[in-house]
Amino acid sequence: MGLRPSTAEPRWVRLLLVSVTLLFLGAFLVTPLVAVFVEAFRKGLGAYLASFADPAVLSAIRLTLLAAGIAVPVNLVFGLAAAWAVAKFEFPGKSLLTTLIDLPLAVSPVVSGLIYVLVFGLHGWLGPWLQAHDLQVIFAVPGIVLATVFVTVPFVARELIPLMQEQGTEDEESALTLGASGWQTFRRVTLPNVRWALLYGVILCNARAMGEFGAVSVVSGHIRGKTNTVPLQVEILYNEYNFVAAFAVASLLAMLALVTLAAKTLVEWRVAAAPASIFAAGEKP
Amino acid sequence: MSITVENISKSYGAFRALKGVSLEVPDARITALLGPSGSGKTTLLRIIAGLEAPDEGSGPIRFHQEDVAGRRVQERRVGFVFQHYALFKHMTVFENVAFGLRVRPKHERPERAVIDRKVHDLLQLVQLDGMAHRYPSQLSGGQRQRVALARALAVEPRVLLLDEPFGALDARVRKQLRVWLRRLHDEIAITSLFVTHDQDEALEVADRVVVMNEGRIEQAGSPEEVFHDPATEFVMNFLGHVNVFDGRIEDGKVTFASVQVEHPDAAHLHAGPTRVFIRPHELSLHLLPRSDSLPARVTGIHAAGPAVRLTLATEAGLVFSADVSQDVYRSLKVAVGGRFWVQPRDLRVFPGIADQTRD
Repeated sequence: MGLRPSTAEPRWVRLLLVSVTLLFLGAFLVTPLVAVFVEAFRKGLGAYLASFADPAVLSAIRLTLLAAGIAVPVNLVFGLAAAWAVAKFEFPGKSLLTTLIDLPLAVSPVVSGLIYVLVFGLHGWLGPWLQAHDLQVIFAVPGIVLATVFVTVPFVARELIPLMQEQGTEDEESALTLGASGWQTFRRVTLPNVRWALLYGVILCNARAMGEFGAVSVVSGHIRGKTNTVPLQVEILYNEYNFVAAFAVASLLAMLALVTLAAKTLVEWRVAAAPASIFAAGEKP
Repeated sequence: MSITVENISKSYGAFRALKGVSLEVPDARITALLGPSGSGKTTLLRIIAGLEAPDEGSGPIRFHQEDVAGRRVQERRVGFVFQHYALFKHMTVFENVAFGLRVRPKHERPERAVIDRKVHDLLQLVQLDGMAHRYPSQLSGGQRQRVALARALAVEPRVLLLDEPFGALDARVRKQLRVWLRRLHDEIAITSLFVTHDQDEALEVADRVVVMNEGRIEQAGSPEEVFHDPATEFVMNFLGHVNVFDGRIEDGKVTFASVQVEHPDAAHLHAGPTRVFIRPHELSLHLLPRSDSLPARVTGIHAAGPAVRLTLATEAGLVFSADVSQDVYRSLKVAVGGRFWVQPRDLRVFPGIADQTRD
């Protein structure tokens, strides 16, 4: 055996660290993931596929897609606007805004849901007015969308703010001196500068929007075939001892997680491979 | 005059970055705005470009007699070069230079072939013709700054504004690039205003130097004027190394340390305490006493350079520098601990004791 560099740990330390890590990951992450698929396919592919013929399941999938389909674009626009405001302007209450953006991460999702019940519910602040106009928010689709938007607020903004702050405003100023309009500057300079961070934020935002349970559970009312999202449907099926269907539907969420991880890795790899796109600003002192 | 600004002020909260600055930038020349950080030079440049708005009550900003103070930055037609290049990282060198032409409204936009030719001409001008398809990350700092310059020139600006254009480069490239910029300017003769805190850079590149301090202009003139005939203590201190002695003015004579010198500057100044400024090269070393010389001992020698910089100390502990030629250095056999008589060949005193300039 050759001499080891003075900074390297002894072999047994390395082995120990690596095996502890792998064991931990295996026990807490890989095993449950595998279990989901094992349980889902326990009675064969036919039973697995049959789970998705249930109209209630199809409705849950549609509702989840709808909620994410609204929450992600809304937060994309909001995230860009908020990051732009925080990174490029000085205004009173700026630090309060950045703190507020993190609020949905800090507060329990159940509380988020309850806030909406308090505001829009039958006995809530806007309840009587909504009822008078025959509008239902709580225990209906609008409530689910609102709750989903709320819990996914931080994801895009948080990815963009540090990057845009680091990039500063010189690129934009440069474009303006060259005669570009505000919109041209945004589209041709600002957006390309943040495109990977934006995509990253959207991926995380989407994963959360589709997987959200707590807040949505409070405002949903669990009306089968109407106000159940995929995670809520999984719970219902499980509580009814319909394990194959529960795990089959859960496998959708597990696959979403895998796709998200893959996309996230791909974006991270793309960012690392293209220092030009993001890290060239790192040359500044 | 190509650019004239009158009475420009700018405050950031309680901090007054510019205090009523008026400036004239001559046509087709390079003018340097020179000053330490916080002197307001970059703020002034950005106000001229339209990237910042001056305070209410500021005077006009004129480009060739036309007041542009109310114009937006896009309409001012300035070429602006940033210290950190601000190249668009996702665009090639070609696309960067073409940017200003491509964002024009359709009826003003040149044809594709015209843009192509123009960009290549500009890249040739900045000696980067082979680099058109590279990305900024594949270029060195000096190359990036040249791309930034070509990009600014592409829109045919009326004035070229450069904010510390060499500030982010290492010393050797910086020197090359400033010689190159001077030559380029001699070729295209565009009215240029550049900001720098480096006095060598200002004196070497510019036709005219404007020295700024604490939001005001201290002096404007040719490099020779500001260097040899500084108007204020600040300019004296800022441009080149200088020894400062506490002295007195009495009967038209300047007294400091153990020396009394007749000096024309002192003749019309009030008697009283003053500060005496002597550049290191204005001091001579002698083996024997002269009428107005003071004795000092050599405490340090820095001989690696065209001249030899000596550090000297008097009996009373007064420390100062003197530059002597390599010949004198050898013929006097200067060594640490050696005693000499030091005679000022020239000195300067300024009216009043302004206490902001000593640092």
